[in-house]
Amino acid sequence: MIACFIFVVSSLTLLQFFVSYSRSIIAESRGHRLSEQACEICGIKSRSLAGEQFGRLNQLIALCPEVGDDGFKVKVVAVYFHLLGFVKTVMSWAMPSASSWIEAERGGCAYAVAVVLDRRIAHNRMVMADMASH
Amino acid sequence: MLDPVNYAIWLAVLLVEILSFVCLLRKKAYSKHFTLVFYLCACVATDIGSYSIIHTSGYESDAYFYFYFYSQSLLTICLYFVLMNLYSHVFSEMGVGQYIRACALLILGGTAGISYYLVAVSSNRMVTHFVAELGQNLYFVGVVLTYLLWGAMAKLRENRTRLLQLVLSMGVYVSLSAGSYAMNNLYPNHTFWQYYFPVTSMWLPLSWAYTFTKVPAEAQLATARVLAPNQ
Repeated sequence: MIACFIFVVSSLTLLQFFVSYSRSIIAESRGHRLSEQACEICGIKSRSLAGEQFGRLNQLIALCPEVGDDGFKVKVVAVYFHLLGFVKTVMSWAMPSASSWIEAERGGCAYAVAVVLDRRIAHNRMVMADMASH
Repeated sequence: MLDPVNYAIWLAVLLVEILSFVCLLRKKAYSKHFTLVFYLCACVATDIGSYSIIHTSGYESDAYFYFYFYSQSLLTICLYFVLMNLYSHVFSEMGVGQYIRACALLILGGTAGISYYLVAVSSNRMVTHFVAELGQNLYFVGVVLTYLLWGAMAKLRENRTRLLQLVLSMGVYVSLSAGSYAMNNLYPNHTFWQYYFPVTSMWLPLSWAYTFTKVPAEAQLATARVLAPNQ
């Protein structure tokens, strides 16, 4: 009985802590302005991204070598993105008003991943320029 | 002996802990966050200890069983020290550090006492079950303490990004562990657990490494942006 109670309460707090943690990681990225080069390469036209673009950005990230520990950020954001997708599917019939909020959150996930990609592209360009100068 | 999967997981956990330790040292976090460094050292020592016991006594031995659960309990107590450190950072301007330390030690002792009592009064359980029950209860008290800290941070409008992420990642870890230990108590004889627990133990070192390398010490983030939708 105690174990069941602990499991239920812990699952709820896990969800809350994980959502807040993911949001704190995504919020960090909002201040970053994407470079024109990155926008051009990724086919991004405006500053706000749609959740649909997440998959394509994730594929592009897989092609770009990792810089430091940003792989951890991408994984956390990806888990949050898929969690939102699951919630959207479940909630679409119960609470249709939540879908606009969920879509905005998914857009935030896409933007955070775009920022990681932008940093990777900038880093790789710098490395290539360094190599060319030697 | 360890099978290849177990061995790969053990090696990955050890490498992640060492990586996190190096990140903390490189960012000179040992003075401000000594308990985090201490916890990582304890984790590395436990991993090496468990490997040597598996080599001498075997994976299925009683010696390893006792070592695993008691070392996990000790690591959970180390985690309490980390939590106390986070509390003292949040309440640093109020000068209530002594009270926080006293309160945390009282809760720790109380949890151990209650866990022992619960196992002792149930005649159908082995005394060795105490360690599994203790792990579950210690982590659950950790969940409550972290939740209270997070609530206090939201109320005090704490805006240090590093501190915010350290508390939230701690919350994720203790919640995950408390839930997993509770499930382990309900369904103990499953091979899944021998892979699951080591994999989840990588969360804290990875998140700490990320926080200390990617988030500048002076970075600020309003708690409201994490709590309220789309601000």
